[in-house]
Amino acid sequence: MSITEATSNSVEDSNTHTKNHLNLVKLYLAIGILVYALMMIAGVALRAAQGASYLDMNPQLFYQIMTLHGAGMVGVTGLAGLAVNWYFLSRHVLLSTKIFLSALLLSLIAVAMIIGSILIGKFAAGWTFLYPLPAKSLGIWSIASAVTFAAGLLVLGVAFLLVYLDMAIAISKKYGNLTRGLGLHMLFGRAPVDTSHPTTVVASSMVIIVNVAGIAVGAVVLIMTIANLISPAIAPDALLMKHLIYFFGHVFINASIYSAITAVYEILPKYTRRPWTVSKPFLAAWFAATFMVMAVYPHHLLMDFAMPPWAAIAGQIISYTSGIPVLVVTAFGGLTLVYRSGIRWDACSSLLVLGLFGWAAGVVPAVIDGMIRVNMVMHNTLWVPGHFHFYLILGMLPMVLGFAAYLTTNGEQGKSNKIPVYIYAAGGITLCMSFLVSGSLSIPRRFAVHQESWQWLGNVGAIAGTTVLVGTLLIALPILFRLPGATLSAAR
Amino acid sequence: MQTTVLSISLLGMLLVTAAFVFAIRNSKQRNDDYGAVSAKAYGIRRWWMITVCAVGIVATVATLTPFPLTASTGDNPRIIKAVSGQWYWQLEDTTATVGEPIQYHVSTVDVNHGFAIYNPNDRIIAQTQAMPGYINKLNVTFTEPGKHLVRCLEYCGLAHHSMIVEIQVSEAN
Repeated sequence: MSITEATSNSVEDSNTHTKNHLNLVKLYLAIGILVYALMMIAGVALRAAQGASYLDMNPQLFYQIMTLHGAGMVGVTGLAGLAVNWYFLSRHVLLSTKIFLSALLLSLIAVAMIIGSILIGKFAAGWTFLYPLPAKSLGIWSIASAVTFAAGLLVLGVAFLLVYLDMAIAISKKYGNLTRGLGLHMLFGRAPVDTSHPTTVVASSMVIIVNVAGIAVGAVVLIMTIANLISPAIAPDALLMKHLIYFFGHVFINASIYSAITAVYEILPKYTRRPWTVSKPFLAAWFAATFMVMAVYPHHLLMDFAMPPWAAIAGQIISYTSGIPVLVVTAFGGLTLVYRSGIRWDACSSLLVLGLFGWAAGVVPAVIDGMIRVNMVMHNTLWVPGHFHFYLILGMLPMVLGFAAYLTTNGEQGKSNKIPVYIYAAGGITLCMSFLVSGSLSIPRRFAVHQESWQWLGNVGAIAGTTVLVGTLLIALPILFRLPGATLSAAR
Repeated sequence: MQTTVLSISLLGMLLVTAAFVFAIRNSKQRNDDYGAVSAKAYGIRRWWMITVCAVGIVATVATLTPFPLTASTGDNPRIIKAVSGQWYWQLEDTTATVGEPIQYHVSTVDVNHGFAIYNPNDRIIAQTQAMPGYINKLNVTFTEPGKHLVRCLEYCGLAHHSMIVEIQVSEAN
């Protein structure tokens, strides 16, 4: 073979490799958008059922749909965040398309198991499968369906772990190890801050560290749940199980948001024509977030008085401090970038800034609910979905859709319509406020039947949720239409 | 309490909104000297960091003293056992008197439940979890007479929403 032929083959391999990366991300996005839309319909149906004006749903079906909505949204949020993160990380390190594809296939198997257990097996213990409820339904669902649900989540976790392992190896190969990927040698060592160190590598290293721990703990609690389902004599401590479940759940959903933020770090500088580089405060924020995302989960257990007071106090304090990196570094950094930048506002830039806003503003109701005194009157009211819908509808999903808009316009600015973003944002804010106001009125979360005085808020939520769905479709349809023509390279 | 919480949250979110509106409204005209823009921003950020930390310290001290979960409602509270199960409450006594220190000993015979007391205005005044294998002790001193409701606030299956019991609170003699 001549040198020319070898070079030609190499370029061809590289092009195929790049194309495969991009096609996989497109596949993740297309499936993700579809699942988001379906789960939004489920969410609207739940609020409409609580409103009792537009829809009548029996409690058994309500709790099944509630379980589906929760599991579906958490799963798709994880996958969408992963796709964004993987796309940008593959610009800096060599990632395996085979592993990424395997993870998608495993996820689809998991989705089939989860949907089957809920719609056929009538499993309805909530996506948090709080032990020992999966085993004690009083005949509503079978043990087999509960096992299928838990096993489905386990398969989903394996899919994520595979990709994280590949990402961790790739970062370690290029940067030495994950702590160097996180930039700790620049934060604590004598090494000067290297502004060319990619922000995406810092974020990815953090996500890998926290979410491998989160998913590993999730696997432990799922296996313990399955063991209890198969053999009730194996009865773990309920408080321990609660710790494991909330550690897993909290870390997993947070890691998804931290994954999607890579879209803001990578794309917003292109729009503002200003650099967003690593600095000591940036690295310190991500280092702190690594610990705080893992340590903050006890704020879910503030009403479990068997917990020692120090744990509850720590839960409150870490809940507050975990908002600081978001408010002081990421959101502030984003606004500094936008201020007097001459940015062109289209769907992509609007969505990314909306995502930053949702993440930052969502900190407020979250940290307030993390205060023990407040939690005593707000815990398990609709305030809780109010705060996490703020993060997810106004924070995480706009980042994903902003990324998709960027990808499908091939990075060309001013090519996407920003009007649907206003519709989406108006619906999202109204929906979140309907939850928060409901919480302030002590309306419980996860109630299939609402008393008459609460129902108007359910109807407001249903209308607002429909607006979010319409906004999503108006944003997503052009994206899906253009997706096959997207050519922006994913790999290096 | 709940109205205050909502008001403070709205105020905080409005402040965040104001910062975003300010940056977006001033985004169209470009200043090419980003060094100057970011130097000014870092100066503001330092004060923003100090403010956020100061608010956090004040809020932490103010809301944790006395420690809310163990703050006693009296030296010798009357103990009332509250047992939960799918889907019922079994309270040793469903009556109480205004000003009387009570300690509910909340437990469950099956899955997790939530023991939340609603006042006659339908607002939560106190709550705890009912967890398998544990007894959670909830101190309550009722401040107003009338029908109070206990609702389950931890999802526990098909009839979770109808797991309600009444507590009748009477005026002190």
